[in-house]
Amino acid sequence: MSITIHLPSVLARLADGNRVLEASGDTLGAAVLDVATRFPSLGERLRDQRGNPYPFVNYFLNDEDARFHGGFEASVRDGDEVTVVPSIAGG
Amino acid sequence: MNTLVPRPLVCRNCGAAQDAAPVAICEHCLGPLDAAYDQARTLPSREVIASRPATLWRYREWLPFDGEPRLSLDTGFTPLVEAPTLADRLGVARVWIKNDAVSHPSLSFKDRVVATAINAAVAFKLDTFACASTGNLANAVAAQGARACLPTWVFIPHDLEAGKIVGTSVYGAHLVRVRGTYDDVNRLCAQVADRFAWGVANVNLRSYYGEGSKTVAFEIVEQLGWRLPTAVVAPMAGGSLVTKLRKGFAEFIAAGLVSGSVPRLFGAQAAGCAPIARLVERGGDAFTPEIPNTIARSIAIGNPADGVFAARAIRDTGGWAAAVSDPELVAGIRLLAETTGIFTETAGGVTVAAAVRLAESGHLGPDTELVLCITGNGLKTVEVLADALPQSPVIAPKLREVAALVEAVAAQELTAHSALSG
Repeated sequence: MSITIHLPSVLARLADGNRVLEASGDTLGAAVLDVATRFPSLGERLRDQRGNPYPFVNYFLNDEDARFHGGFEASVRDGDEVTVVPSIAGG
Repeated sequence: MNTLVPRPLVCRNCGAAQDAAPVAICEHCLGPLDAAYDQARTLPSREVIASRPATLWRYREWLPFDGEPRLSLDTGFTPLVEAPTLADRLGVARVWIKNDAVSHPSLSFKDRVVATAINAAVAFKLDTFACASTGNLANAVAAQGARACLPTWVFIPHDLEAGKIVGTSVYGAHLVRVRGTYDDVNRLCAQVADRFAWGVANVNLRSYYGEGSKTVAFEIVEQLGWRLPTAVVAPMAGGSLVTKLRKGFAEFIAAGLVSGSVPRLFGAQAAGCAPIARLVERGGDAFTPEIPNTIARSIAIGNPADGVFAARAIRDTGGWAAAVSDPELVAGIRLLAETTGIFTETAGGVTVAAAVRLAESGHLGPDTELVLCITGNGLKTVEVLADALPQSPVIAPKLREVAALVEAVAAQELTAHSALSG
């Protein structure tokens, strides 16, 4: 199972400069945990100490806000793409 | 002329400091960055402010730069208009309209935030100016970018009103219509800002952009004769305006320019996209994102970046929020027009309709001195009124036809009066 995770540049520097990572897992949370384990510094930015997403970090699963699909509980399948976007803009 | 230098930044979430840069995200916690001011700077007196040109730059000590601004020197200081007939309708002591429907140069409140953002873009030597927009920001970026000779890229939802599209394209902007909601556009522009070395007004320049909103509060205080209203109603999209109103009022109180408390802040949203209003009503620290379904497209943001901060500002000041239906907002547009002569767009209709709701529910009362923030111009969204207004008669150029119409109108008014008094 391979999930592609796209990182913004502010986070890519915590993943050895990689803007794109491959991850495995059955849920979004499991895929995030996978990369968090491989890149501990990145992991601290992707999820809090209880393993939940931060309010300032949005996850998009195949271009849709993951919160509409259960957040970290959302099921993911081989080939899915996850985009991590800091919550910054508006209006 | 001395060079304009943007102020350094500080994270609103973790407090980490950062050098001035076209970056809006804290590299430590990904929280939002705010401009950091020199607390020892010399602040002007009322008299000094009043002696300056009537633009938002008369408050430049509270804007995120050192030195003299170079661009958009005509923006701000829109009229504050008293509205006694509307005050009677609402059952409050006094009402004033802060009329950004006539803002320079593009007829919306967004001229203010773009005035600060474009000065930041030029100071950072960025060669392209851009935004994600629900329409008014698109107009402001295109207009101010054009006169600054900066190429502009503007990203909007594909189905915006014709006035918003024409009012962007006319300035020569690269206008891109994205299939999806504003929140899809917003996410795309976060990626655009990350990929290209552009100044995206409400993304990587957001720390400088947002500060322009405070000038609404500064102008209200000065135009009221250096005093505070007791309540303010403002529309909420991303939630930034409400938070910056609070900050602006607090800064003038702290500077000793006005005495009293920050007014109670009330937020207005359309029921078809009201994540902040629902957070205020429900309580808690996290909103639930929504997929917008309203004709109030200029404020249809289902994932508001400043939503949590806006809800906090409302609660802390003793305010409240209201979410109104599309028919109510259309009625709000008409009520404002018929009582004040001001024609606002859908967001303004939401604001007026929310004030009606808040008055009916007792949140606004007979002692309330209220300011309504009208943030956009009705000529940009005429479509929403197409079915709401009466058909105009078409007649031959004959006096007897006018006489017949006058007689018919008089009869209608007599009937209506009889019904009311009966």
